[in-house]
Amino acid sequence: MSNVVNAVEMRGIVKRFPGVLANDQVDFDLRAGEIHALLGENGAGKSTLMSVLAGLYKPEAGTIAVRGKPAGFNSPRDAMSRGIGMIHQHFSLIPSQTVTENILLGLDEPRFFLRLPEYDKRMTEIGKRFGMAVSPTAKVWQLSVGEQQRVEILKMLYRGVEVLIMDEPTAVLAPQEIDGLFQTLRAMVADGKSIVFISHKLNEVMRVADRVSVLRQGKVTAAGIKASETSIPELASLMVGRSVIFDFEKKPQTPGEVVLSVDGISATGPKGLPALKNVSFQVRAGEIVGLAGVAGNGQSELAEVLTGLRRSTAGRVHVQGDDVTNHSPLDAIRHRVAHVPEDRTHVGSAPNLSITDNVIMKSYRKAPLANGWSLNYARARQRAEELKTAYSILAPNVDTEARLLSGGNLQRAILSRELSQEPTLLIAMQPTRGLDVGAIEGVQRLLLAQREAGAAILLSSEELEELLALSDRILVMYEGEIAGEVTDGDAEHIGLLMTGGGRASKPDAK
Amino acid sequence: MATTAAHPRSGPKLIIEPRLYTPRWLSPVVSVGAIVVALILGGGVIAAVGGDPLAIYAHIARAAFGNLGVFSDTLVIATPLILVGLACSLAFRMKLWNIGAEGQFYMGALGASAVILAGWVPEGTPQPIALGIMALAGIAAGAFWGLIPGLLKAKLKVSEIISTLMMNYIAIQLVNYFVFGVWSDSGFQMSKVFPKMAWLPKLGDYAKEVPLFRGLTTHFGLVFALIAVVIVWYILYRSRWGYEIRLIGDNPRAAEYAGIDIVKNSVLVLVTSGALAGLAGMSEISGVVHRLQGAISSGYGFTGIIIAWLAKLNPIVVILVSVLFGGLILAGREIQPAGVPRLIQGIILFMLIASDVLLRYRVRIARA
Ligand SMILES: Nc1ncnc2c1ncn2[C@@H]1O[C@H](COP(=O)(O)OP(=O)(O)O)[C@@H](O)[C@H]1O
Ligand SMILES: [Mg+2]
Repeated sequence: MSNVVNAVEMRGIVKRFPGVLANDQVDFDLRAGEIHALLGENGAGKSTLMSVLAGLYKPEAGTIAVRGKPAGFNSPRDAMSRGIGMIHQHFSLIPSQTVTENILLGLDEPRFFLRLPEYDKRMTEIGKRFGMAVSPTAKVWQLSVGEQQRVEILKMLYRGVEVLIMDEPTAVLAPQEIDGLFQTLRAMVADGKSIVFISHKLNEVMRVADRVSVLRQGKVTAAGIKASETSIPELASLMVGRSVIFDFEKKPQTPGEVVLSVDGISATGPKGLPALKNVSFQVRAGEIVGLAGVAGNGQSELAEVLTGLRRSTAGRVHVQGDDVTNHSPLDAIRHRVAHVPEDRTHVGSAPNLSITDNVIMKSYRKAPLANGWSLNYARARQRAEELKTAYSILAPNVDTEARLLSGGNLQRAILSRELSQEPTLLIAMQPTRGLDVGAIEGVQRLLLAQREAGAAILLSSEELEELLALSDRILVMYEGEIAGEVTDGDAEHIGLLMTGGGRASKPDAK
Repeated sequence: MATTAAHPRSGPKLIIEPRLYTPRWLSPVVSVGAIVVALILGGGVIAAVGGDPLAIYAHIARAAFGNLGVFSDTLVIATPLILVGLACSLAFRMKLWNIGAEGQFYMGALGASAVILAGWVPEGTPQPIALGIMALAGIAAGAFWGLIPGLLKAKLKVSEIISTLMMNYIAIQLVNYFVFGVWSDSGFQMSKVFPKMAWLPKLGDYAKEVPLFRGLTTHFGLVFALIAVVIVWYILYRSRWGYEIRLIGDNPRAAEYAGIDIVKNSVLVLVTSGALAGLAGMSEISGVVHRLQGAISSGYGFTGIIIAWLAKLNPIVVILVSVLFGGLILAGREIQPAGVPRLIQGIILFMLIASDVLLRYRVRIARA
């Protein structure tokens, strides 16, 4: 902190994309030896601003100075030569290569003889220094997402990074892995490096950052305020431009009869590998059962099996007492199983069709929309208008194509369709993922309203906070199995189960 | 990894960026603009080889649309084009690539001829009944030719692109078999002429009542085509089935999620598409040719693919495009050098396809 000169100074950065001003006269300062959080809703321009710093985008206007000297980068390589490196949301590792090979890739040294063992040792050393255990000889495909992230960090450290930018690094991590990452980041700043930590999660920002800058719609709304001098509600209102209420009242409620009963379901995933192994649980009317787990541990496949989109290889599924094992999606719809799919654009909507066409996907077969063979479009548009108002879907009109909706509005359109059929069972997969704080709050309220209306709800989310706030009990999935059930909201225990630990205390499957 | 190319520091720059929003008026304006540009380019080519573009364009316009007589001939060509254009539009809406309209057209002609030539509809049957049976036979034969690739796709996952293409050749040879052999008229490669009851009435037939119609060739097939336009429009935009077709076409995974049976719909759509092309074959054989022979189509089935695209799969626009193409084809028969209308047809096609870029991207000039 004794440095007078900032590690990075960005002044008046302007970056346009077709139809969007992603950065509008943005100033940003990064001090040496600090963790600086860059906070903002989705689409606020965080990734864009940092991509400019990392040499990926050329700004239309503005200047960058690195340690007081002006800099203009033409490529990420340029930026790296001045000590600036960025780890993107999607990693760029080669799965079939080892950790060391991935790190050395694209460097001038070693030239001809690889002398890999020698380099392996150096990787281990760097890893140790910053508290990251990675086996240098492991192939990348064998690594968990958290480990892959460590490889990306190692890659940057090996290239002599002084300013490390991490774009939403916690999105893919389990709670314990997040702790590990934060320790590494602290070790790096202790070593005099500076870090930009991009996030839209307020509690993480409060935990790890020294200072915080906030972007909203491409503009700076807070520049480098001290984390110790602000609060989560203040940051939230800086992000969304209004105050946000964080507490809901979840009314105590006794669950009713069993709506969904899953007994010993197994299924294979997209690559033909086992994705679900002997999964059993029940969901009752009027309760929210949370489904926790790191992405890719069988949650998606489970939702697909329950909605008829994937065949199970063993076990039985009952909805309201009817055996619906391996029935069609249509049969699920007839049983009033609503499904908010994980993939909104590829599964949940038809991008080039209108809002009207999108909201009638589940109801076009029945009166009053259907009239024998024909479809009453006047009625359909009227229905769409009603939903658009009731769920505050922001769009010019109901003829607007779905692809033109923002993430939050598309999600509201999907929810409007699914919830308006008064579901008996609601399978909600990552319903708030990628939404901004205001929209998340709205979606969560809708889920609670369904609970009060007596729907049985299975809620999968990567946000532990959200699961804890909404669920009556939480099932944790790990490698295709229910690793355990947590009823007392013990986050520590959930985290342990999510990473494959703590299974000794596995309670009896219901 | 996406890196931006090095920016020039100064000077105006052409920026092409994806459109987030396409206004409704843009599509027709761009299409008309593309046709105008194509005519100018075509005129350039004509001038380059020493012709007088204006004179030739005037000649083409006269040859295709100049008076009632030629316009009527244009409509005769437009009739089968409308029907096959619809056949392709319907299938393409679901992203089913039926390129077998040509074969389905031949089968429709064969089916319609068969009921007459095999004597199943005896001579002396009232005309409306005879024609009705012929139309049904043509529709059924075309539908059957769509059913086979549909089932192959449903049961064995055979790509409809390959199967419909191959079935074209089978249909053409099948027709040849009948005109060379079974129904050959005393050794000629054509059947005998159908009895009058099997001829679709044409405007000229009513010259006694309406003198204006004297000699006009436009036949009742045009009414079939226009009715088909209305039906296809209704299916696509006002029926449950059409909704399913559009949903599958836009996002099959969403359709599956919505509980729609994609396999069943592929079969149904190929059958319906085949039926429309089959009706085109019946209309041509009964309204124009009046006998079964080889080479009845001059590539209508393939032109239908182009028409469907140019009409952006919109049934109403299919009428306009078909009339335009009918005119160009007609002028091509009458004009010397015969290549010119084809050249213009090609350039128009090229321009329309290229102009699509303008609908999806915005081009602007910026100063760096
Ligand atoms: N490569 C791109 N092309 C077009 N638009 C983009 C591109 N990258 C980002 N945008 C747009 O710029 C805005 C800011 O995006 P981004 O920087 O990714 O936001 P954040 O990282 O804060 O979520 C958004 O409206 C986004 O749609
Ligand atoms: Mg981002």
